[in-house]
This record gives sequence, C-alpha cells and structure tokens, in this order.
Amino acid sequence: MPPTSAADAATNLLSGAAPGPELAKAPTGIRGLDEILGGGVPQGRATLVTGEAGAGKTLLGLEFLIAGALKFGEPGVLVTFEESVSKIAENVRSLGYDLDGLQRDGQLAVLAFQVNPAEIFTAGEFDFEPLFAVLADAIGRTGAKRVVLDTVEVLFGAFGSDVTVRGELARLTRWLEERGVTAIVTGERGDKKLSRHGIEEYVSDCVLVLDNRVRDEICTRRLRVLKYRGSAHGTNEYPFVITGRGFTVLPVTSISLGYGASEERVSTGVARLDHMLGGGVYRGSAVLVSGTAGTGKSSLGAHMADAACARGERALLVLYEESPEQFMRNQRSIGLDLRKWQDAGLLIVWAARPSAYGLETHLAVLAALIDEAAPSIAVIDGVADLSRWAPETEVTAMISRKLDLLKARGITAVITTLGQGDETSAVGISSLVDTWLLLRNTESNGERNRLLFVIKSRGTAHSNQVREFLLTDNGIDLVDVYVGSGEVLTGSARLAQLAARRESQARRAEDLDRRGRELRRSIAQHEVKLAEVRDQLAAEQEELERIGARARDQATEEGADRMAMAAQRWADATPRPRSSDD
Amino acid sequence: MTETPTAGPGPAPAAGPDAGPQEIWDLRLYVTGRSATCQRAADNLQRICEQYLPGRYRIEVVDLLENPRLAAEDQILAVPTVVRMLPAPVRTLVGDLSDTERLLVGLQLKTAGGGT
Repeated sequence: MPPTSAADAATNLLSGAAPGPELAKAPTGIRGLDEILGGGVPQGRATLVTGEAGAGKTLLGLEFLIAGALKFGEPGVLVTFEESVSKIAENVRSLGYDLDGLQRDGQLAVLAFQVNPAEIFTAGEFDFEPLFAVLADAIGRTGAKRVVLDTVEVLFGAFGSDVTVRGELARLTRWLEERGVTAIVTGERGDKKLSRHGIEEYVSDCVLVLDNRVRDEICTRRLRVLKYRGSAHGTNEYPFVITGRGFTVLPVTSISLGYGASEERVSTGVARLDHMLGGGVYRGSAVLVSGTAGTGKSSLGAHMADAACARGERALLVLYEESPEQFMRNQRSIGLDLRKWQDAGLLIVWAARPSAYGLETHLAVLAALIDEAAPSIAVIDGVADLSRWAPETEVTAMISRKLDLLKARGITAVITTLGQGDETSAVGISSLVDTWLLLRNTESNGERNRLLFVIKSRGTAHSNQVREFLLTDNGIDLVDVYVGSGEVLTGSARLAQLAARRESQARRAEDLDRRGRELRRSIAQHEVKLAEVRDQLAAEQEELERIGARARDQATEEGADRMAMAAQRWADATPRPRSSDD
Repeated sequence: MTETPTAGPGPAPAAGPDAGPQEIWDLRLYVTGRSATCQRAADNLQRICEQYLPGRYRIEVVDLLENPRLAAEDQILAVPTVVRMLPAPVRTLVGDLSDTERLLVGLQLKTAGGGT
C-alpha cells in the first residue's frame, strides 16, 4: 500500500514501520521498544539479544514473557541456564509481578538449570534431548507461544564441545519455530563477534544489542537493533533505563515537532509575574529560568509546581542538585508547603545526582517518570549540573530531547539552570524555550538583591520592565524597582531612596511651616510696634494742640495787661516810647 | 526405569582412589528413549563397571522421555548423563562414554594421567 503522503512516509520510516506487507510481530510490551521494532519481534521466529553481563538481557526476556502472558494472551516458558527459580521469582517481583501466581495460572513456566561448568565432565557424544523433552512438556502444559532461553552462552563453557552445542541450539531454535513459538535467545557479546560463540549464525532474523557503556565513571545503557530481516527498524542507538517498572527504551528520533500549541495560559503562582507575561505561560510551553547562584531559580520553579497542584493538576519535580528533603525544607522556609501535594499524590519528586547516570539514562528516566506520573507540568531543577559531567553540546542535545518529550505530551516544562548574570545561558538552550526568565543579583551598598527580567516570551506581549524579586515568608513577591538618575535601585537602596524622598518632602513642609510661623511672629511684632507708634503719635499731637492753645491764651493776657498799664499812665494816648526825663 | 542389580559385594581388583574396597557404587544413567548414543553409553558403562567394580555397583537407568519434568528436577540438560550418586562426592559425566580413559578419569576410577 503506498503511503498517503510524504510526511506519513517519513514518519513511518523514522518509527520503523515499513509500508508494504507486514511481517507478523509479537509485541514485547516494553515501552519504546515496540515502536523501534515497528510492532515487536518477529512472530514465530527467534530473536537474539546480546550484551555483556548485567546489560539487562534477562529482564528484557522476562518482560517479554510477562507482557505476553498478561497483555497479549500468549503464555510463555522461561528456560534459564544461570539462575535459580528463587532468583527469577525475585526478578519478577522487582517488576511488580508474582511468579508463583503466574505459574499457578499456567501463564508462565520456569525451567531453571544451573549449569556449573566445574561439575560437568564430558566423555563422548551427547545431545540436548532432555531440554527438548522438558520444553515440549512445558509448552504443552501452558500452551506457550513465547519462549526465552537465557543465556545459552553458558552451555558452551560447560559442555566443552562447541560444535555439538551450536548444532543442538540451532536444532532447538528450528524446533521452536516449527511450533510457531516466538523465542528470545540471549547471548553474551563477543570481542569481535556479536555473540561470543557465534549464536547469530542460527538466530539471525532479528538481533538486538544491549550495551552498558561506562564513560567518566557513568554508565549509560543503550539498545540497538542490529538486524531485522524483512522489516524496517530504527537504526539508532536508543538509550534505555531499568526502573522499578522495568525496561523503558526511548525512541529519540521518533519525537517530532508535530505537537499542538495550547492557547491556555497557566499561572506561574506569582501574580505579578503572570501579569508581566500577559496572564501566565502557555500550557505545554517551555520555560527557562536562568540565573546565578542563589537568585531563587528553584523557588520560582517550586512556585510553578505548587500553582499546578493548587489547580488540582499533577506536577513532576526532577531535582539534580538537592535531595527532596532539602528542597522541601527550603521551599517551606518561604512559605511553600509542597509536602501536602506530595501526600495528596499530586506532586511526584525524583532526585538524582547528575553523576548517577549518563545523559541518555537521565532522559530515559524522565520518559519513564512522565509515563508514570502523567503530570501537567514538569519542573527540572538544576540542569546545568549535568554539564559538569558531559560535554556541553551533549547536554544541550539532551535538554532539547527532554523538552521535545515534554512538549509532545503537552506538558509545561520548567527548566532551571545556573547561568551567568547576563543573557548567555550556561547550556545554550535559550533558543529551545518559549519563555526565558532571567534572575540576576545586583550588588550595591553592601548587599545583594535579586532582579527578574523577562528576556523573551514567545507569543506574548510581555513586560519589558525589570522587577525586584523578593523571597518572603509568604513566597515570591515582585516589586517595582526605583528607577532614577539612570540607575535601577533595589533592596535597601530602593528603600533608602524612597525614605530620602519622603524626608526631603517633610523637610520642605517643615521649612515652610517655620517660615510662616516666623513671618506671622514678625507681623505680630510689627503690629505691636505699629500700635505703640500710633499711640505715641496721638500723644504727641495732643500735646502739640495743648501747646498751641496755651500760647494763644498767653498773648491775649499780655495785650490786656498793657492796655491797663497805658490807661493808668497816659489815659488819652497810645503809649509813647519812654523818655529819659521820665 | 530399569534397575540393573549386580552380584553381592566382593573385593575389587582395581578400586578407585576414593572408593573403599567394600563400597557400593551407585550410578544413575539418564537417557532419552533408545537412541544410539544412549545405548552406547549404557553398554560402555556396563562394561567398565564389570571390569573395575565387579559385584559392587548398581546402575539405575532413567528415561527422561517417560518423565520429562525430571530433567528440570534433576538438572539434566544433555544425554546420555551418568551421575555417580555414591561414593560421594557426586560426579556428573556427559557423553556416550566411548572414550574409556575419560570415563575412568571422570568416575575417578583412575586419576588423570596415572595408572589404575
């Protein structure tokens, strides 16, 4: 059947699903692996899984059988040449299943042979007929459609004759195929060959290689499909991880940019920040919080997780720098109680030292976590620490995959990372994110204060203003900074500036007040003086009048006296000048 | 299952290093049906026992086709397999036993490279 479009064809190609007549496949039930294999291992054929000791071969086989029995209605038989039944039961329990129960229900049979080379002494020709007989019995009893032989390699060492063992194993795989049984045969990786004893010569339809590489003392598990006869398959090396829930393979290349974009805004848990971002961040977008040490990146991340939980959504918190206890305590100190969300099952916290695994494993762990937790938001705290353990380009690539993984599932991603105080983020991931918040310390007046910048926010008319970022007993608060005389003032400098302003205003008011009082006092004094002068003036005028009146009286009296005297002397004449003969 | 009883105990001309002169040898031979190799192994074992342990050995033949589950229980992957149950310690030999030297060394009727 021709592919409907080029895009479909490309998708098929990447996911390993070949167009055309499909080979019948038996799904392994392992997350990611079936996707890489285009559905599963070849049905009714044998698949070789090789890898070093501890690479995860046995676990892969067990998951294949358990999934067959419980999910696909295909009972199975495990033939182990290395482990005891009790050890197998333990492995099965570690995956969360009960071996006894599976055996009782006839869904799984375990045939355990502990082959000890030291106890076997060969003397002449032999064959593996007992193995065939007991396997035929078990298959007949359970109706098995799946068989795992783990690990056939030990038979070579124990029975000496490689030719005979190889011949018998070839006969066994043919025998299984004749019965329509899908088999997984595990073998150990050889130095130059796929398997140490050339098992691939007769189990060659499908070959998976498990690898457990150690670099810089960090081990990374990888899976590769070396060969898949008659089927397209993913050809990359895929990281995988073994967790409490078993095997998870992350098919990296099948992650595409074909995710939707939500119009919905979700709160960051900091009201003023939401306002700066035009109502919060888009659901399913990627947010980068970068900044120097101690700027409050983790707290901002915690707020966003807290806000999600408060909305009744599930949140995943991945910590690379702190233990969960430490993180919870620190957030409690600013009034965030994350424990209650954890208790309510809304918050899932996972902490791992960056050095605990390789980058791919970190990625695969994240994939397993989001599968398990199904969160609406994932806060990944401290990714910069990863770059201490791996080249930066690889870290960037890994973070890119992480973001893709989260975006593909519509999960809001918050990544906090240590960066310089400027816009060069430590791991060069800024182009991958939708919103970038930068936290920076400013140092002045003997103190450090935090500033928050919205460097970018795709699809949002965001505030270009800088805010002071406060960590209070009640969480994060953003306050306006004081912008004046060409500089941004924060912290106590901002407070001092405000105080100084208030003070000068007060002083001015006081000055006016005093001046007024002085003037009023002066006016009062002048008025008093004015009254005194007026009194004096009045008194002087009065006296002046008195003096005038007296002068007139005197003149009148003098005239009268002279008349009287003249009348006395010269009664008929006016007084004459006085002569000497008088 | 077939039991091959032997004659009563008697002194052996050539006992193995860890076999006391009066000790009974208890051997078990696992086979699957009547295949040629299994038949050969039975013949070879019988011959050697007659030669080295006359009158003081017992061979129990177990056919795994009759009871396949015994293979898992007794941890028998290959046939023919001879298990020396007694004298202790238990020894396991795999093969048709056509190599007499290997058989004698395997059963410790003879030390490797040494005489009888």
